[in-house]
Amino acid sequence: MVEAKFTTVKTTILERLHIDAFLLFALTCLMGIGLVTIYSSGGQDWGLVNRQLTRLGIALIVMFILAQIPPMAYRRLAVYFYSFGLIMLVAVLLVGVVGKGAQRWLDLGVVRFQPSEVMKLAVPLMVAWYISKFNLPPRARNIAIGFIFVFIPTILIAKQPDLGTSLLVASSGVFALFLSGMKWKLIGFITALGGAFAPVMWFFLMQGYQKQRVLTFLNPESDPLGAGYHIIQSKIAIGSGGVSGKGWLQGTQSQLEFLPERHTDFIFAVFSEEFGLIGVVGLLFIYMCIIIRGLMIANYAQDAFSKILAGSITLTFFVYVFVNMGMVSGLLPVVGVPLPLISYGGTSMVTLLAGFGILMSISTQRRLLSR
Amino acid sequence: MPPKRQIIRDHTAESNLVARRTFVSIILVSIMMLVIIFNLYQLQVRQYEDYQTRSNGNRIKVLPVAPNRGLIFDRNGEILAENKPVFSLEITPDETGDLDSTIEKLSALMSLSENEISEFRRDMKRQRRFKPLSIRQQLSHDDVALFAAKQHQFPGVSIEARLSRYYPFKDALTHMLGYVARINKRDLGKLESSEQLANYAATHDIGKQGVEKFHEQILHGQVGYQQVEVNNQGRIIRILSFEPPIPGQDIVLNIDINLQKKAQEVMAGRRGSVVITDPNDGGVLALYSSPSYDPNLFVHGISQKEYSKLLASKNSPLLNRATQGRYPPASTIKPHLALLGLEDGVIDETTEIIDRGTYRLKNVNHVWRDWKKWGHGKVDVTKSIEVSCDIFYYDLAYKLGIDRISDGMKAFGFGEKTGIDLLEESGANMPSRGWKRARFNEPWYIGDTIPVGIGQSYWNATPLQIAQSVNFLINKGQKHTPRIIQGYLVEGAIDKIPIEMQEPIPVVDERNWDLVLDALYGTVNRDHGTAHTAFRGTDYISAGKTGTAQLFSVAQDAEYDEENVSARLKDNAMYVGYAPFSNPEISLAVVIENAGGGSSNAAPAARIVLDYYFSEIKPRDIAQEIKMQESAIASLAAETEGG
Repeated sequence: MVEAKFTTVKTTILERLHIDAFLLFALTCLMGIGLVTIYSSGGQDWGLVNRQLTRLGIALIVMFILAQIPPMAYRRLAVYFYSFGLIMLVAVLLVGVVGKGAQRWLDLGVVRFQPSEVMKLAVPLMVAWYISKFNLPPRARNIAIGFIFVFIPTILIAKQPDLGTSLLVASSGVFALFLSGMKWKLIGFITALGGAFAPVMWFFLMQGYQKQRVLTFLNPESDPLGAGYHIIQSKIAIGSGGVSGKGWLQGTQSQLEFLPERHTDFIFAVFSEEFGLIGVVGLLFIYMCIIIRGLMIANYAQDAFSKILAGSITLTFFVYVFVNMGMVSGLLPVVGVPLPLISYGGTSMVTLLAGFGILMSISTQRRLLSR
Repeated sequence: MPPKRQIIRDHTAESNLVARRTFVSIILVSIMMLVIIFNLYQLQVRQYEDYQTRSNGNRIKVLPVAPNRGLIFDRNGEILAENKPVFSLEITPDETGDLDSTIEKLSALMSLSENEISEFRRDMKRQRRFKPLSIRQQLSHDDVALFAAKQHQFPGVSIEARLSRYYPFKDALTHMLGYVARINKRDLGKLESSEQLANYAATHDIGKQGVEKFHEQILHGQVGYQQVEVNNQGRIIRILSFEPPIPGQDIVLNIDINLQKKAQEVMAGRRGSVVITDPNDGGVLALYSSPSYDPNLFVHGISQKEYSKLLASKNSPLLNRATQGRYPPASTIKPHLALLGLEDGVIDETTEIIDRGTYRLKNVNHVWRDWKKWGHGKVDVTKSIEVSCDIFYYDLAYKLGIDRISDGMKAFGFGEKTGIDLLEESGANMPSRGWKRARFNEPWYIGDTIPVGIGQSYWNATPLQIAQSVNFLINKGQKHTPRIIQGYLVEGAIDKIPIEMQEPIPVVDERNWDLVLDALYGTVNRDHGTAHTAFRGTDYISAGKTGTAQLFSVAQDAEYDEENVSARLKDNAMYVGYAPFSNPEISLAVVIENAGGGSSNAAPAARIVLDYYFSEIKPRDIAQEIKMQESAIASLAAETEGG
């Protein structure tokens, strides 16, 4: 293809390092915004900023390393990676470490390891590998098997319980199936099935605190000092930011600590309060740029596996953004999903940038591939 | 239709398929992004005002600031109720580091009692740990000094100062002045119904008795506000604005503290009361009820033990005898009855009776006796007052009948509250046919009327009512409402409250009034007068009337006590009087419970007070008047200079 030939000619340093300059720039912008907001929401604690910087450094190194691995290698490793992840998930359920009321971690002596994070990449890899073995669009039987690959880890993670991660893992797999060309009729049928399944979830699968979250979401004012407190304070923070915001370090909701979880899951409320609608639109613009760039990479990828994988990673990234903003602004129930690259915290950061490493690999290593 | 398995993959078709799906994805992502933006637009633009308000509501707290209570002065500018800083030892548990060892060390230093510590621990459970909590309410100066020297060893422990009421004259003024104490549930209810709750948001104490209660609104002032920014735990971050409270008005009373103290002195060890007023305006110069108690006990919360002691005392110290004690007025009301008889034409100045010591009615099997066994002989109206002849008044009461007596005495204020500025007041009882019917469901018998003539029977009155009735006599029917408060202290000058007058008693013939007043003069100044001995040799001319009431003890629901019963059945000694006779400026009523005869017990006490007034107070008043005139002239001069 013309495009492919053209890119092989390019020899900038970044290209040779398999770095997508546009993505890197956009990601760096987000990280910068994240650090600025963490500084404000964490009570101007440089220690917090430094720790986040360290994590970002590690995550960027992971991204850089993963960008060097050609997509073909990912394809070959997908099954092993997925199997490894699945074993780990089972291990977590059996011998996992309990923290924050959930059993999510494996203690490996040196570090604590969260296998569910592995699944965020392993599931799209696995589904993309499996589906792309056949001609597209896939047949219903393949789709069904694909769904099984998705649901096993989803349910294992949901049992920990970790609703946020299981949601992200499920969507990453479903997106892969969607992008592979699954029939619209089938999509309609599965959506309907999902709708019918919801009451079953409610009565048999959801934990008490999860039900509470949903109830609180439906009517936060019913318990303004208890379960509804987070969401009410968050909406007050966002709303009182207005068009232009209260200014950096001037957000009273965050500075006076009315806002809970303000440097982690609810950091978007801090950002909205201090930078207003203008700042939020700017932030969404950057996210949108990254998503469109990711989907372009998917579109221009050379084989079905790469296309599906890249698209799935990008759309999952969008789910992060949408779910986080949705829950913080009261559109969705509160599930533990961080605002990608802004929220303070290390685990999801590494996975996210690992995903972008794969994306960059797909973006920059097309020339090495044959059909 | 799903295609059959193909051996050769159509990469272009697959590419297009994924491309289409990618395109759909971009559309979906864009729609969802728009949903997010639309929602944020709703929150940040459409509902901005609402959330802005709620955000401010979160962080801005308005804290009430208590106004300083108005001070109370006597007529000479002597301070009767002041605000003194009290120091309390407060611990902020969060800041101590180790609370237990802090308490232990403090306990060693200040010798805290078990009680103080356990109360502190109990209160701590109800409060946030970063808020200071007092462990000792009233620190002595020694305590303060002791702690101040070692404060650095106690992080999180501090001494807090607050203004609290103090009554320097202690038990001398209790019943009249009253006291303040911590606002309780009942007070809160009243404040709420009078929509004063907000005004008391920061106030610690409220007037519970006496002037402190009656003039609460004036004394309290207006609450101020401090706008502060707080964090999510309610800790104050900074002060945003301050609207200072308006302090309560300082008030000046008609009371003369020296006269009051004299009244206390003469009543020492006795039960009863002294009421001294200025007949010219109804101003109350002294109002003392004995026994008394220290009102300061109540300000900081009286202990249960001490309160029970006051409640259980047979001497009823909590009762304000001057306004709540219901005594038979006895002979003190003879002048009033004589005047009623004269004005109604039932008797005149020539009416005479022969008093042989007994009084009988036809068809009534009862003998009423004079206090003088063999009688006073020939008695006219003047002599009847001077010698306090009983038979004359049995006869007069018989002639007047209960209806006329009841109405006439009500005009003199009997049976009704005087309207003094105290809430602890009884109207006592002026009996009538209707009253007896309502009270006992019995008709009024003629036998009931006869003892009314000497102020006995069902008739009872408070010492204040008796004092007031004498003023009405002196003023020939003009009625001033008794007033403790004189006015407000505004920038060093007294802003007087207008004197309140009631509907006067109509005068039929002024000579009747003069006749009665002359008889009061005679009581003190003529040889046979019952108060002549007591007032022999005064360097002022006074008039008055003695009274001796048979009992009826005032003590409410006193228990029957065999040992004390005889003492409690002794007569009440009473005296009313005024001076100088020609131009009265002071009048008084003295009631001493179970003391015996009025002329030998109450009259001498009254003389001590009057002597004191004319030897000590009046000369000083004149001097002060001159001084005030001089200063007024000086300030006027300064004003004209400045202007």
